[in-house]
Amino acid sequence: MRGDDVTRTIRLTVNGHEHERAVEVRQTLADFLREDLELTGTHVGCEHGVCGACTVLLDGEPIRACLMLAVQADGQRLTTIEGVAPGDGLHPVQEAFWGKHGLQCGYCTPGIIMSTCAFLRERPAPSREEIREMLAGHLCRCTGYHFIVEAIEAAAQALAPPTPRPTPRKE
Amino acid sequence: MKPAPFDYVAPASLDEAVSAMTTGGGDAKVLAGGQSLVPMLALRLARPSVLVDINRLPGLDGIREASGMLEIGALVRQRALERWAATRSLLFAEVLRHVAHPPIRNRGTVVGNVVHADPASELPALLLCLEGVVVARGPRGERMIPADRFYRAPLTTALAADELATAVRFTLPAAGAGWGFEEVSRRHGDFALVGAVAVVTRAADGTVAGARLAFFGAGGTPMRGLAVEQTLPGQAPTPALLAEAARAAAATLAPDGDIHATAAYRRQVAATLAGRTLTAALARCGGTT
Repeated sequence: MRGDDVTRTIRLTVNGHEHERAVEVRQTLADFLREDLELTGTHVGCEHGVCGACTVLLDGEPIRACLMLAVQADGQRLTTIEGVAPGDGLHPVQEAFWGKHGLQCGYCTPGIIMSTCAFLRERPAPSREEIREMLAGHLCRCTGYHFIVEAIEAAAQALAPPTPRPTPRKE
Repeated sequence: MKPAPFDYVAPASLDEAVSAMTTGGGDAKVLAGGQSLVPMLALRLARPSVLVDINRLPGLDGIREASGMLEIGALVRQRALERWAATRSLLFAEVLRHVAHPPIRNRGTVVGNVVHADPASELPALLLCLEGVVVARGPRGERMIPADRFYRAPLTTALAADELATAVRFTLPAAGAGWGFEEVSRRHGDFALVGAVAVVTRAADGTVAGARLAFFGAGGTPMRGLAVEQTLPGQAPTPALLAEAARAAAATLAPDGDIHATAAYRRQVAATLAGRTLTAALARCGGTT
């Protein structure tokens, strides 16, 4: 067993910003985001991959930040909840969660939003069953999930491309 | 910090990785997707002296189909195989949909899941059902380990401490073969309480030509349903025969009881699921696998 702690220098892009930091190799990505970059919107619940609260996007795909070591993120491009919305406003998925009361205490919400953003890109018009299958990877102890499902349905509608209006026929 | 301290190497070649495993003695661990290893580090159930991160090794991310075999390199994520399967294999697509959740499948590798050897996991049973092989590389060179001889106990395989698995190979079901997959779990994506996967071929006269059945969550390792494999060939698959064969296969299992289910319950569910997978497999014969 090693007594000293091993460190490496990593370079990565988070929410469009580049960072260079020395990290202990045993530090998880979730702890690195929260403690070193002070991006505390990524929540940690179970810290062993079950609850989904720490879900972030790695090259656009959702992953558990507690199950990746920070040192493995060297050279990678990440998006956290802080980088979801354009400018100061809310992302349509965040708007939908607000509008449909898709959260109560909010602890699980950032992870669910990250998964939902990637999910709706792949399945723009999901069924309720598909939404529930995706949500199985996220634990929420407040809502009972019903309003979360409704929020995701509303988000899918908000993100759907507008149906083209029939062009008026010229006489 | 959750994990105990360890050293970390990210080799650039397979030879370097093998030599790092050898240098680490029995105490080195391969880090690929990390979806089983990192929780064990966090809970300090695993305290390796060195992690050998193989994520930057070239040439291990291929999915290759050749002469009836499907070879999957050690860095192929479960999600990548799921996407591959979406247009090519209904069986693989159905199995992978049940492996944890998308964020886990985006990182977790197929080979890592097979090698982690959780007895309740789906892919080890699929490897056993499809007469798979694990390709292992160590200081003494490369060797092929058939799935039948790979699994020894929960989380324990025939891999030596200084070996790493570079690929797994599945034998793809023959044209016209039918498949069935069933599992019972508390929530979608959980480890199964019990599950079964079957592949069946039929002769022109409708009798069974061949059958393979594997259980998961029904013992210390994935288990073959030998009673089914030996009884069904040459027979006309009546519902009574299938039910009897399924019962006989399940009767040989020795599952553990735990807080989620008793051993007797698991054996009974195993019989039911074996029957369902066989029925589904027979119905699918002649379709696409």
